[in-house]
Amino acid sequence: MTDYYQAYGTVIALVIAGIALVVVAFTLNRLISPKRAYGAKLTTYESGMDPVGQGWSQTHIRYYLFAFMFVVFDVETLFVFPWATVLGNTEGPQGFMLGVMLVFLFFVSITLPYEYKKGVLKWV
Amino acid sequence: MDWLDVLIIVAVAVGAFALWLVGTALLIWGERRVVAKMQSRVGPNRLGPAGLMQTLADGAKLFFKEDIAPANADRWVYLAAPMVSAVVALVTFAVIPYGGTFTIGDRQISLQVWDPDVGLLWVLAMGSIGVYGIVLAGWSSGSKYPLLGGVRSSAQMISYELAMGLAVAAVFIYTGSLRASDIVANQAGTLFGPIPAWHVIPMAPAFVLFFISAVAETQRPPFDLPEAEGELVGGFNTEYSGAKFAMIFLAEFMNVITMSAVLVTMFLGGPNGPLFGPDIVRAVLPTIYFVVKVGIFLFVFIWLRATLPRLRYDRLMDLGWKVMLPFALLWVMATGFSVVLRETTERATVIRAAAIGAAVAAVLFFLAPLFSRRASEPGGGGGDGGARPLDDPRPGGEALPERAGDRPSTDRPTEEVGV
Repeated sequence: MTDYYQAYGTVIALVIAGIALVVVAFTLNRLISPKRAYGAKLTTYESGMDPVGQGWSQTHIRYYLFAFMFVVFDVETLFVFPWATVLGNTEGPQGFMLGVMLVFLFFVSITLPYEYKKGVLKWV
Repeated sequence: MDWLDVLIIVAVAVGAFALWLVGTALLIWGERRVVAKMQSRVGPNRLGPAGLMQTLADGAKLFFKEDIAPANADRWVYLAAPMVSAVVALVTFAVIPYGGTFTIGDRQISLQVWDPDVGLLWVLAMGSIGVYGIVLAGWSSGSKYPLLGGVRSSAQMISYELAMGLAVAAVFIYTGSLRASDIVANQAGTLFGPIPAWHVIPMAPAFVLFFISAVAETQRPPFDLPEAEGELVGGFNTEYSGAKFAMIFLAEFMNVITMSAVLVTMFLGGPNGPLFGPDIVRAVLPTIYFVVKVGIFLFVFIWLRATLPRLRYDRLMDLGWKVMLPFALLWVMATGFSVVLRETTERATVIRAAAIGAAVAAVLFFLAPLFSRRASEPGGGGGDGGARPLDDPRPGGEALPERAGDRPSTDRPTEEVGV
């Protein structure tokens, strides 16, 4: 258990060091850089023209269907990882483990050709 | 655990930090020089020998630049986004072993900051969080081009993360462990003859998948659509300046090095290599092997940038979903099968399982058309072989919700630049 806290203590220390480095960089930048902001400088960059409309423009996110599929397949990948770790070095029924996983993978994977056939994987 | 142990961990961490920071500086310089050579230019050659100091000068210059936040930006998110990118980039490489193990006094020191059970999953997790830095940077700028860059970046992530995760899973199956040190140890020795037992040989498809995904995840050309200069000005970093811009760039180049290091760790034996000579040489050689191997990959990254044109967006998504993902799934299944065949004592069980699996697959494959409503219609699909597009005006078309914004006609333009 101490090993556990020790290991994750290391990584927490690393995160804190990283944040400190970034904060120091930003502070240094603020201290040594000039500050002469005026209206034209603070406008949104639009290739030298006056910006047209709101910055948060309405965009059609075409990939929202892909995002649903991403969730499905990402969860599937998550199920694969623990199986992958124990498959090679277990005393258990490996053949059964493999068969079960293959059936699961197949059931999830069959959605991909189905979606392809439905035309969901079309970008434009 | 006494102060000496803490000191060793700190020293190892500082060593990794130094290696990665110096690597970043050299990578930026090397990229400019190599691309210049490939394009018959000279490149930066003024500052220091062969222009080596150019990166330092550029970095220092950025710190003297005014830190402008556009009036339109969401102030706090705008500040947080480069922090997320930089912190993630700075902690990702902790799990990568960058040298061998050696003994000083009675203490064993291994040149790896952190060797957790989750191992290389840490790299995947951090890679996913790193995307937040880019998406938030694009969103918070309150500008059109950065927004498009951020949206593209997330689309790219969801397309390539899967193939990357499955390629890694295949290596985990082969190794039986997620730990970076175990994966490196599994590649020690030789496969047959003088050929080293690096995973790149038995896991070649996973290597290719992972390499392509790595290029896409680090947003390097030809997958650099989030910051496509020709289309989006600078993409998600358009509105950034000063130290924030420096941090975004630092994170980006550090990620390139980290991805190369992960490739080397998983597929090219990490710091493994022939050891010889006195103890001091034996202690240093693994780090040299590691640096050389990573350097080769960095060169390939630069080479790709100088050679390949940027992909069109729909092709990029097609490659991720229609080629890499099915291939990665098949490879995971094949690896699992081969590993069980190698390990198990009951081959008959495995073969029976495989037969059952194949039978289920075949049955489902032939039953699948029954679930399609169109197949039961007389004269409906099936005859034309392919699927009709979603917005097919013909009667009997699929009842899937139409995507808003789609054109009613069937002749779709292919050259449209999407996000």
